[in-house]
Amino acid sequence: MKVKSLEDLRKIKENAKDLTSARSGGATRVIVGMGTCGIAAGAREVMTAILEELDRRGLRDVAVETTGCIGMCQKEPLVDIIRPGEPRITYGDVSPGDVPRIIVEHLVNGRVVEDKVIGQTD
Amino acid sequence: MAFYRAHVLVCKGTGCSASGSSSVFDALGEEIRKRGLDQEVALVETGCHGMCEMGPIVVIYPEGSLYCRVSVDDVPEIVEEHLYKGRLVQRLLYTTPDRKVKVPRYRDIPFYSKQHRIALRNCGYINPDNIEEYIARDGYAALAKALTSMKPEEVLSEVKTSGLRGRGGGGFPTGLKWEFCRKAPGDKKYVICNADEGDPGAFMDRSILEGDPHAVIEGMMLGAYAMGADEGYIYCRAEYPLAIKRLVGAIAQAEEFGLIGDNVMDTDFSFHLHIKEGAGAFVCGEETALMASIEGERGMPRPRPPFPANKGLWGKPSNINNVETWANVPNIIRNGGSWFASIGTEKSKGTKVFALTGKVNNTGLVEVPMGTTIRDIVFDMGGGILKDRKFKAVQIGGPSGGCLTEEHLDLPVDYESLTAAGAIMGSGGLVVMDEDTCMVDVSKFFLEFTQRESCGKCVPCREGTKQMLLILEKITSGKGRMEDLKILEDLAVMVKEMSLCGLGQTAPNPVLTTLRYFRDEYETHIRDKKCLAKACSALISYLIDPDKCKKCGLCAKNCPVKCISGDRNTPYVIDQEKCIKCGTCLEVCPFQAVFKE
Repeated sequence: MKVKSLEDLRKIKENAKDLTSARSGGATRVIVGMGTCGIAAGAREVMTAILEELDRRGLRDVAVETTGCIGMCQKEPLVDIIRPGEPRITYGDVSPGDVPRIIVEHLVNGRVVEDKVIGQTD
Repeated sequence: MAFYRAHVLVCKGTGCSASGSSSVFDALGEEIRKRGLDQEVALVETGCHGMCEMGPIVVIYPEGSLYCRVSVDDVPEIVEEHLYKGRLVQRLLYTTPDRKVKVPRYRDIPFYSKQHRIALRNCGYINPDNIEEYIARDGYAALAKALTSMKPEEVLSEVKTSGLRGRGGGGFPTGLKWEFCRKAPGDKKYVICNADEGDPGAFMDRSILEGDPHAVIEGMMLGAYAMGADEGYIYCRAEYPLAIKRLVGAIAQAEEFGLIGDNVMDTDFSFHLHIKEGAGAFVCGEETALMASIEGERGMPRPRPPFPANKGLWGKPSNINNVETWANVPNIIRNGGSWFASIGTEKSKGTKVFALTGKVNNTGLVEVPMGTTIRDIVFDMGGGILKDRKFKAVQIGGPSGGCLTEEHLDLPVDYESLTAAGAIMGSGGLVVMDEDTCMVDVSKFFLEFTQRESCGKCVPCREGTKQMLLILEKITSGKGRMEDLKILEDLAVMVKEMSLCGLGQTAPNPVLTTLRYFRDEYETHIRDKKCLAKACSALISYLIDPDKCKKCGLCAKNCPVKCISGDRNTPYVIDQEKCIKCGTCLEVCPFQAVFKE
């Protein structure tokens, strides 16, 4: 498209933001346990569900990271959410079906989904 | 568009390409697809990250992990471990040379943590072939701001406030230069980008052009707007094929987006940009020679005045700035001149990019605030001297610059302090030398370069550099006389003061500074016929230690002139009369019995 005004440039920038946003290390971090235990328990499907949900909601300022086994294999798949300035919340036994609820409640609205929480670290 | 949770950035600058980053890039693409991650992991090619020594470099976000010297064989492990399971591949992380610590995050590596990147802001961070990534990083926002809300004189005044000075070597205040051109009468004016980077060991401009071409284009357009020009030329040497390819692509994209052309963003401002490929003559980096070359003439400088601001390209008022200078401009307009002026020293504002080469651990590109000490650059970012040898000198400013010694290590790098010490900022080459470097040999090397590149138009440069070189050759071959030093010094001063252009005016600098700081080395060459660094072949002999010699005969077998004799019972001996000092015997001896003296 042709840039005819400041507004046009802003629009391109807004759309293009997705291209580089992952490189600035997003404000909120979502960390999925991807050890052998996590993968066996279905972490791949959870990861896919998270990416789809973020995409559907147009949430871009989020860093989705993976991590290895942290030793709580019986609770896998584990998903951690860290909002800036808030404690790290660990969810256990997460299924793809839980993902939309966790994203909308916790990530967007800041309300921890208590029934799925298994731990909290500062 | 899918949400890419991870971005894998592969450096495709000239340095990393040479060490094989293209095949790493292809292998990563293949492996990511095979693993079914291609919908969630983006693979991006970027320009230079600066740490060329460690290339091919791969950076993975959001973690910001940097992997060094990645080969195709490492690719499956990176994809499996890092991208799939979230575990760092420890063995590929950067290790500090001194503490042997592995650094997981890109920005914590000392090489990067001490840098302040303005001109290199996007290098290694965006895909230079994609204008949208540049726009995502506030690209063309400065141009839009200028065209929609600033008068040309306001753009000019911001640049003046910033205190920006020419980064090509001269250090002339950019705002003032622009003002001369703006005030020059004439309807047709040109802006020119000097991308004829020619210093041996310098690659700042190349990396900016390869890694962030739009920054240079946007800077030129801001300059054109401020000065009332509507046409621009980028003069780039043909030896930079990748830079030219990226520039051609960037200009085409900017045209497609309507950012270059007639009535940019529906304003009265129009701009057209051309690339002129130079044939790589060093003198064409001089502004009047450069313009002659664009016009199709032989690249030779002419006396000034008239200055290009009044009578430049095709006789029209023109303004020339170097790549790095232009790349700073969008940042200044976007963030304000006083922001830029808050960085650096009193008279040298902002940052400077240096190409760090020579006997240093981390060769590559660094951008530091003006006033950073040479010690910080060489030891903190550069990681110290190779093989823990002793630091001897730095050659700063390329063949036009000077050699500085250990006592200058704490010298703040800015235009004034460097000039006072006899060196110059130059375009930013920084060659580190250790105790095995002969300073007479170094000054001969640089003079050979400038002498060869002298265009021959004016006598002092053409004849003076030749005579100086002959004296240096005499000294390094052991035939020098003490009075030669005086003649050499007189000639150097004469060439410096009387040459027509910057090439001749600065060519004697390496000789003058080494005479000033390392005079004893010249004297040892002349008086004792000795080169203590054992670099000048005419002044050294190769000898065989009879106690260490195991009489294997390898040296004699490999000697190209068959001047080594001996047998199974008698140690081998080199016939000094016939020896051509090629050093082959030293290289092949398995027992270190051969030595230089």
